[in-house]
Amino acid sequence: MNKKIFFSYLVSIVVVIAIVVACNKDVVGRTDNIAALQPTNTDDNAGTWKPILLTAPTDIVVAAPIATSAPDYILQISEIKSFQANITSEDQKLINYWSAGAVLRWNEILRDLVAKHNLPPYQNADGTYPTPSVSNPLAYPQFPFSNPPYAARAYAYVSAAQYDALVTAWYYKKQFNRPAPYTVDATLKVLVPKSALPSYPSEDAVVEGAAVEMLKLLFPGDQEYITEKAAGHKKARLMCGANVRSDIEAGEALGKAVAQKFQARARGDRAGAAVGSPTIWAKIVSDCRVRGDSPWVSLDAPARPPMLPVFGKTKAFLFDSLTAISLRPLPPPAVGSEQMKIETEEIYQYVKNPTRERIAIVHFWADGAGTYTPPGHWDAIAAEDFIKKNFSEVRWARNMALVNMSLMDAAVVCWDTKNYYFNPRPTQLNPNIKTLTGIPNFPAYISGHSTFSGAAATILGHIIPERATDYANMAQQASMSRMYGGIHFRSDCAVGLVVGKNVGNYAIQRALTDGAE
Amino acid sequence: MRKLLKALIIIITIAPSVSQAQTDIDAIMMEKNQLCIGPMYSHSSWKNYWEGTMKRDNQNLGTVSTQLFSVMGAYGLSSKLNLLFNVPYIKTKASAGTLSGMKGVQDLSFFIKYMPVEKQIGPGTFSIYAIGGASFPLTNYVADFMPLSIGMHSKTASARLMLDYQVKHLFFTGSATYTWRDNIKIDRTAYYTTEMHLTNEVEMPNANNLNFRAGYRSSKLIAEAIVNKATTLGGFDITRNNMPFPSNKMDATIVGVNVKYVVTQNHNLSLVGGGNTTVAGRNVGQATTWYGAVFYILDFTHKAKQTSNSGKTN
Repeated sequence: MNKKIFFSYLVSIVVVIAIVVACNKDVVGRTDNIAALQPTNTDDNAGTWKPILLTAPTDIVVAAPIATSAPDYILQISEIKSFQANITSEDQKLINYWSAGAVLRWNEILRDLVAKHNLPPYQNADGTYPTPSVSNPLAYPQFPFSNPPYAARAYAYVSAAQYDALVTAWYYKKQFNRPAPYTVDATLKVLVPKSALPSYPSEDAVVEGAAVEMLKLLFPGDQEYITEKAAGHKKARLMCGANVRSDIEAGEALGKAVAQKFQARARGDRAGAAVGSPTIWAKIVSDCRVRGDSPWVSLDAPARPPMLPVFGKTKAFLFDSLTAISLRPLPPPAVGSEQMKIETEEIYQYVKNPTRERIAIVHFWADGAGTYTPPGHWDAIAAEDFIKKNFSEVRWARNMALVNMSLMDAAVVCWDTKNYYFNPRPTQLNPNIKTLTGIPNFPAYISGHSTFSGAAATILGHIIPERATDYANMAQQASMSRMYGGIHFRSDCAVGLVVGKNVGNYAIQRALTDGAE
Repeated sequence: MRKLLKALIIIITIAPSVSQAQTDIDAIMMEKNQLCIGPMYSHSSWKNYWEGTMKRDNQNLGTVSTQLFSVMGAYGLSSKLNLLFNVPYIKTKASAGTLSGMKGVQDLSFFIKYMPVEKQIGPGTFSIYAIGGASFPLTNYVADFMPLSIGMHSKTASARLMLDYQVKHLFFTGSATYTWRDNIKIDRTAYYTTEMHLTNEVEMPNANNLNFRAGYRSSKLIAEAIVNKATTLGGFDITRNNMPFPSNKMDATIVGVNVKYVVTQNHNLSLVGGGNTTVAGRNVGQATTWYGAVFYILDFTHKAKQTSNSGKTN
């Protein structure tokens, strides 16, 4: 054969192989290597901001710190110096990771836990389903099943507890006014941006303590992972010279004390009864029939009880239970109505010939099993925008709390609506509707994605007004994705967005009066 | 779900080799200037799959089936150097549950197959083959919808060493392959493996493959039995009752048979068929596959060459 041709084929094959083989396969996450948080405004007066659950910062007593001239304080400075003398590249990574922001990182950790636990239990041999047990979290099915309502509530409690704890911390920072270790000792190296804030109690440890204590309740089976993260966080803040040990200890104790108040609220917020019982499930179905409508049926095989059908009775953060019921929208089109026929046909047309672009939209927003859920997706959107804003930790926490209280309260109103009307999914009315994502195991009206997105986009548009139109467009797309995917009717989505906006407006009302604007 | 993927992997990367003659994984070479080309159809299905190492079924999927229509070809640059290609169209379906099947043109794969050594040793002929391969997606199909996605949407490169020994009409072929798989991009911006990843990029584990085949080989008929073991080097297990994901660890051992029958006197037309089944696996479907193909040889030289009666060339 022709040697030249042979050679050129050989070379081209080798080149193709080399290109693939040489590709760097390391995948870098969007927030893996972000810069250290350097707030544009330290929000010195945040000790006067309105807490969510506490009546005042003084609800929590924080002891006065020792003087910076005390021998014990000097020892604590020395401890930092000895850490810094032996710093490894792993230590430096830890410092870089945590310097991006305490609220950000704990929100990411929470999203990780939610995704890990967002898996519907496998059925029993008799076709019934086991329920995760809080008292035996590591037995299958592990506790929790962090489905969207559970996740929304978890994000809200962690954020709200961190916010109240940081308001309290800011109050005591101002009162005690103990300078940062690098201000006391000019010879101390500091490996993160310096801050003019008093360092006692440590805001990082406050955030960490609040998170750790809340997560004991919310993810009881993951204590080892959480404790390891917490230890890394505290170590990073010591090593980098931002805090002495007594700053950390006071902050952690403060965070935990505030979180314990939120734990007490969580134990009494009725979410623990959200699973319902066979009696309750049957009553929801018969109530629907009494109203003259056709009830939702599970499309899982074997049929699975609806997901947290009593979650709608959970105590919301932004309004009372009567307001929650008043936010329930008017009924959907009746199952047998002409309007419902038209809406069913519309969804059938969407799934019959899906475009690649629409499938991408469906999957971008799907946030189904094994993901951090739609509330987690909105937290990710919020967090990545907050990073660019260089908020102080307390403002970070305040804004995340506003977003996450909106998301939780959206879940409350949405789940109330779903289980009040108990309306079927498109595939139930037309089995030819094959879906481009999993059909969630609960009634259709109103769309959870639409309600979550409407709420989150509304409060985010208030927090970052220049992005308001973007958020509204994203919410609209998230809402439409459920129709493109074949799992919701237009009524579910359109009404869900409106209800979400109404919930989000309560968060705006709070934002306007909490002293932070 | 992962089972489907596994099945797909098998079909896409292995089945062409286990199924037809003149493929990247058999010890058959085309003569110079001959093009062997033809359509292939294969059907693969599974009801049970391995979730990690645990075998289960899934009432929300029923039986997952994959149909594959492809055009395959092999061209002799010389009797020692062949170029091969394969372009499949794939269609998937689940018999139960509500999830939509997917369809589309998948990846173009091509191989260069080189036979540097062919010599008499003892009573038979011993030959060595070096095969380099590459594949890339031809369309923007969805990878992250397992087990109903039609493929992984990963660019790959592979290197294979193959040895063949034939005594009269009996042969034995063994090969080992290493496949590099490029990272893929999915439609969502975050995913969970054993931890959270805040990116749409997924690191795909590389893979290796061992293939053994033995049987009867003449210029009229080839009948062989095969064993193939595919292993991903890395990846994670499907967690309990979770969906599969492209970067799962996916291993499969399959056994099968192939038959090739040359119809006409001048060896231009051949019929190929066979089947295989999965006997062990991890995060893949326990797939059973059957296929059929028709190949026709076009000769671009002025005079058709006489083929050897060993069956090792066409």
